[in-house]
Amino acid sequence: MAERLRADLVLEYPFTRTTGPVIGAFLTGLREGIVLGIRRPDGTVLCPPTEYDPETSAPLTELVEVGPGGELVSWTWVDPPRSQSPWDQPHGLGMIRLDGADTPMVHGLLVGGPDELSVGMRVTVRWRSEREGHIADLEGFVPEGAGQ
Amino acid sequence: MSADPSIPPAALSGEVRLPEKLADVEPVRSVRTPIRLEYDFIPGSASSGYLNAFADRKILGQRSPVDGAVFVPPRGVDPRHGAATPDYVELPDTGHVGGFCVTRLPIPGRDDLEIPYVSAWIHLDGADIGFLGLVAGIDTSEVRMGMRVRAVWKPDDQLGRTAENILYWEPTGEPDIPVTAAGTNAWHAKQAAESGEQAAGEEG
Repeated sequence: MAERLRADLVLEYPFTRTTGPVIGAFLTGLREGIVLGIRRPDGTVLCPPTEYDPETSAPLTELVEVGPGGELVSWTWVDPPRSQSPWDQPHGLGMIRLDGADTPMVHGLLVGGPDELSVGMRVTVRWRSEREGHIADLEGFVPEGAGQ
Repeated sequence: MSADPSIPPAALSGEVRLPEKLADVEPVRSVRTPIRLEYDFIPGSASSGYLNAFADRKILGQRSPVDGAVFVPPRGVDPRHGAATPDYVELPDTGHVGGFCVTRLPIPGRDDLEIPYVSAWIHLDGADIGFLGLVAGIDTSEVRMGMRVRAVWKPDDQLGRTAENILYWEPTGEPDIPVTAAGTNAWHAKQAAESGEQAAGEEG
């Protein structure tokens, strides 16, 4: 029987995609250091914003500032992060409901260990110093009062 | 009220209302979303047979036990009938262009391809489906469906267990295959001819 064959393969696409007015506004906000949600006709706010109402499919247009503080709704601990993770250190992944928003968003929790996390705790945004209009402009969330 | 999935959503208005802080800044209009997947490829038995044969300058296909259709590259199965295809068929390195595409823009990660280049479905003589190859040795404007081609191989001392042994396909100069019998039409033309012969035989 012939030797078993194997090859290291890489599949890679360097996509750039257009954002549209709503996601574009969300990313513009991140670049400028504010987080945006979008208001539904019933007054509730979705964050991250969606282009359409999830129940009626009506286009949504009213972007509002939320955060930067919020409440940790649920979380898990990641150790170690995978090779292509945005974070190179062990970290939390959490659902964070920002002040003024009615839905939680997923992002990293930058703390030293899982014993520093609990459901219901207050967290706040940590921004990167150099921002370009990308979700990674938001480096992650830290406990409120922990210093930025 | 829930959405009726049969009604397409209205177009985005583009008239979004922003907080005043963002009134005068340049909006973000695009975002980088690269994806990258690294993986180990380990071929199964049919693909292994195909790749190993390349080291001996051979191209292997497999024959369907149901209707005799020859597949290349072999995958161990006739996907139309769900039948295993254990029998290999050695194929010649000649065939025709079944379809092609002229690419005039560079592809990231393929700096080795000089533009413009022609990628084509190569239908080998004796095979009933095409497989992908580059066509060269001819001006891109001269490439056509039905054009007869032969493989240009790497030198024998550079042959490996890889389809990359075939550098490209060049024209043989033989008369073209009629378009009605080229590429994906070839199988149907062959089936029609065989049923015609059968009918003639029955009449005789």
